[in-house]
Amino acid sequence: MLKTYLPARFIVERNASRCIQCQVCVRQCGFDVHYYDEEDDEVRARDERCVACHRCVVFCPTNALTIRKNPLDYRENFNWRGEAIEDIIKQSETGGILLTGMGNDKSYPIYWDKLVLNASQVTNPSIDPLREPMELRTYLGRRPDKVEVDWETGKLNTRLTPLVPLEVPVMFSAISYGAISLNVHESLARAASEAGTLWNTGEGGLHKKLYKYGSNTIVQVASGRFGVHPGYLDAARVVEIKIGQGAKPGIGGHLPGEKVSAEVAATRMIPMGTDALSPAPHHDIYSIEDLSQLIYALKEATNYTKPVSVKIAAVHNAAAIASGIVRAGADIVAIDGIRGATGAAPKIIRDNVGIPIELALASVDQRLREEGIRNQASVVVAGGIRNSADVVKAIALGADAVYIGTAALISIGCHVCQACYTGRCSWGIATTDSYLAKRINPDIASHRLVNLLRAWSHEIKEMLGGMGVNALESLRGNRLHLRGVGLTDTELEILGVRMAGS
Amino acid sequence: MKDTANHYNPYGDDKVIAACSIFGMMDTSGRRFSGVDITKAIANMHDRGNGLGGGFGVYGIYPEHADHYALHIMYEDKLTQRDVEDFLRDNFHVAFAEEVPTRRAAAIKSPPIVWRYFVYPNSRRPADRSNDDYVVELVMKINTGFRDACVFSSGRNMGVFKGVGYPEEISEYFRLEEYEGYLWTAHGRFPTNSKGWWGGAHPFSILDWTVVHNGEISSYGINRRFLEMFGYICTMHTDTEVVAYAVDLLLRRHGLPIEAAAKVMAPPLWSHIDRLPDNEQALYKSLRQVYSSLLLNGPFTIIVAHEGEMIGLTDRIRLRPLTAGVKGDVLYLSSEESAIRLICPDLDKTWTPMGGEPIIGRLKTNKEGKAVTIEECAVA
Amino acid sequence: MNPTATSIERSGTTVKIDASGVYYRDLNTVLREVVTGDVERIDLVNICGQRYIGTDLGREVEINIHGTPGNDLGAFMDGPRINVYGNAQDGCGNTMNEGEIVIHGHAGDITGFSMRGGKIFIRDNVGYRVGIHMKQYLSKVPSLVIGGTAQDFLGEYMAGGILVVLGLNLRAGETHKANFIGTGMHAGVMYIRGSVERHQLGKEVGIVELNAQDRENLDLLVAEFANHFGYDAKEILAGDFIKLLPLSLRPYGRLYAY
Repeated sequence: MLKTYLPARFIVERNASRCIQCQVCVRQCGFDVHYYDEEDDEVRARDERCVACHRCVVFCPTNALTIRKNPLDYRENFNWRGEAIEDIIKQSETGGILLTGMGNDKSYPIYWDKLVLNASQVTNPSIDPLREPMELRTYLGRRPDKVEVDWETGKLNTRLTPLVPLEVPVMFSAISYGAISLNVHESLARAASEAGTLWNTGEGGLHKKLYKYGSNTIVQVASGRFGVHPGYLDAARVVEIKIGQGAKPGIGGHLPGEKVSAEVAATRMIPMGTDALSPAPHHDIYSIEDLSQLIYALKEATNYTKPVSVKIAAVHNAAAIASGIVRAGADIVAIDGIRGATGAAPKIIRDNVGIPIELALASVDQRLREEGIRNQASVVVAGGIRNSADVVKAIALGADAVYIGTAALISIGCHVCQACYTGRCSWGIATTDSYLAKRINPDIASHRLVNLLRAWSHEIKEMLGGMGVNALESLRGNRLHLRGVGLTDTELEILGVRMAGS
Repeated sequence: MKDTANHYNPYGDDKVIAACSIFGMMDTSGRRFSGVDITKAIANMHDRGNGLGGGFGVYGIYPEHADHYALHIMYEDKLTQRDVEDFLRDNFHVAFAEEVPTRRAAAIKSPPIVWRYFVYPNSRRPADRSNDDYVVELVMKINTGFRDACVFSSGRNMGVFKGVGYPEEISEYFRLEEYEGYLWTAHGRFPTNSKGWWGGAHPFSILDWTVVHNGEISSYGINRRFLEMFGYICTMHTDTEVVAYAVDLLLRRHGLPIEAAAKVMAPPLWSHIDRLPDNEQALYKSLRQVYSSLLLNGPFTIIVAHEGEMIGLTDRIRLRPLTAGVKGDVLYLSSEESAIRLICPDLDKTWTPMGGEPIIGRLKTNKEGKAVTIEECAVA
Repeated sequence: MNPTATSIERSGTTVKIDASGVYYRDLNTVLREVVTGDVERIDLVNICGQRYIGTDLGREVEINIHGTPGNDLGAFMDGPRINVYGNAQDGCGNTMNEGEIVIHGHAGDITGFSMRGGKIFIRDNVGYRVGIHMKQYLSKVPSLVIGGTAQDFLGEYMAGGILVVLGLNLRAGETHKANFIGTGMHAGVMYIRGSVERHQLGKEVGIVELNAQDRENLDLLVAEFANHFGYDAKEILAGDFIKLLPLSLRPYGRLYAY
């Protein structure tokens, strides 16, 4: 093995006066950074392996550890910055596609931060959510344009297609079993059930242990069709066709064979140790009428008892595509923006392909309204939602609900170190290694997730109350409650919001 | 139609995205038949469209005016019609004009006024301009110069009928069971926007070329820019339009045989070309090198027709379906086999072509009652 | 086009349904109702383009189809045995879980796509991308047998199962036409009777000799095939077969920089 030209990215600093050589750090690190030198009776670190996940820092009983960025300075050059140089070094040493994890970390504008919310002052009252009713319940699915009632008998003639209730408009994004551990799946499933929302299996099937959470489960049907069989579809509340994901629009995914453990194999129904390859397209969908064919195949397979969602990555023509998806028969359109995360994606794709979710959402909602078909499907957005204000702004722009992935994982321990693709996650999240995976205790993790949703619900209610509305649907698509700051005319036009002060 | 974008691409998308069902049938003996069967066939693929576009191309329908260009023109209002008709009388001999007969059809909403004119260039045609070029030029003039008019069919002894609705509804509306032709193509459309504009339905047509298309051409941006260098004005904001112009450029203007044009639009992979014998290798290499910007990349199946010929072609890795069937002298092309079986249960054979391999139906002989060109009339 | 207009004749445990002009959704509703009883055999006549036949029936029942069924025949199917007296279109056996489909004719593109169990027999040719992403788990091993030849991308991304191409309609000296056979294949096995050039194969597969287990697989599947379509199994088995195996369970293991 040739010596690598890559410098260490992080430096492990151990305060010798605090360190008691207990070796908790050695045991906690999934990346083999810390090791115990028996001869010298001293714990040392291999800095070059550190990804800054902070597991050791948090678990060190004497607070002896901290992690710093390697302060190593390259000669200043705006074009050839450290990242560009190090990527080339890594590729020259491996000949491979650079992998990464989590969402786009580049400085594309975050429009949530350039949108501000309204509040009532004098002319209409704000509402106190602590004492007065404040409704967040949301129904996902297709609605007819009108209600028909036989007023003689009072009988409702309109037969609504299945609609799915959410007590809080925040669902857990698709993350497959294999990319994350079964304990994480269980935590998400239990939290969703407790909080009255939905979690999403991702494309790796549903472990039989989790079938009991089916009524809070969205099952995915992706290009690899892993673990997709009639029982899986029957178990679900919603079936989602995954076309794309924000972190890697237009490409497939490879779950490497080493992550395909016996349990993962059983759930995906493929032999242990084989790569689980998801092709870039569904090979039965090369056109919009093919999508329609699969939507109705799934509706036939479940006898029209469940809404079918179609998830796409936010791309240039998202508005036209979303319109086509609704016309193709989807009940829910899910859109994942450029900051959407992943367990593994080529870095070059993650960092360069797709558009920000705020712009995609604004143009999709607008287009569906102009076409008169907004009622026919719910719109769900994902990709970098960080807090309840992002949720409220998304709903004001026109979303029915949001998906959170990274936020949910942070809630149970993730420190966004972007090394998910290694399968060595020290927090026991993005791994199928049983030694690491048991670090997630579903009792504790589901509780943390429920806490997060409870906190956000309260905050959403506070913001709604401030705006003087007591039902979330009065904010949904109500862009008058948004104003833009620091945006160009074109950006304001696409977002459909006015400049602050106007 | 001066501002087609406003009618057809109101959101300013890169291109209007649509998909569909397509069907073609041709009696290579020249026997003419009505639109009943093709209407049944395309209706059997109802679920491939969404009712926002349907259309038909038919050849051999106007034998009594076979030497005249049959212009089908749609108008939004009478005023425009008067202006366009003045323009036609200035530039053509108009042998005959009438409103295209229609019947009330429940599903057809706010149809435009549709007339047809059988015309021949008058003395205004410059001596150095062929009749065909003159017609193309004036069609483009009407389509870009008048606000609310669109010439959607301009060939001889053929016609396009199209509009917003399912194809079977369009057929009913235009009474296509009353026409007889030896070659019919049909299209049921699934556009992703609802701004139904009658001119935006398939087939797309110029002179007697018609194209019906299923798929989305991912190379549209460069195909369009390449064709613009040759004077084609892409006004329809759809990838199908570039197919029609590419065919016109390659076959009519550059004189390539259809087999070679197919290899331009759906070329063999380089790895395949590298294995060919030297002379073929040189040919295929040249076609790819010279016409690299006309490679139609992405999923497509097209049925291209013109006088006496029908061609089915898919992209080079067959991302869209095409089934062919033969019964006696009749060639069928369809997105789905069942549509053919519905109108011809006892086919002699059916097959699916390899990607990029054209299926070509040609008139066998040139007998009375069939499409004949003016030049042939003169000889006769 | 409503279910009541569908003509249904019952005799004992057999039901005959005339599907002419019946919309697929109505037809499949009728089929769902029919299989709740003690029906063992369903004869469907005048089928022309109806989609998803056999989907969501969830039990063993014999379905005989006369005509041309539409796309996604037997999609997500779980149990029925379907005989088609005619040709099948695209997507036949899509993500099928259990059961059998026998086509007395040809079948279209992506036949057997992502199939995870059961068997499909096609008498004649098939289209593009057939057997793509078939997969297996423990005792669930899908089989797909093609009597004629196939078009490009046969067995692409194949992740399990047995795919057999018999080439019975190839003339002497004629090779199979498909290119990119088994590209990305990483599990399962393919047997091809008749010749293919190395350049027609994906770079992820290798040609190996058949062993005793392979012969056993073939004997069983070819016997069933011959039985369905009236061929002589011995004659078919006497031909030369090649066996294609993936070179690695992890064809793209070296594609990435970790």
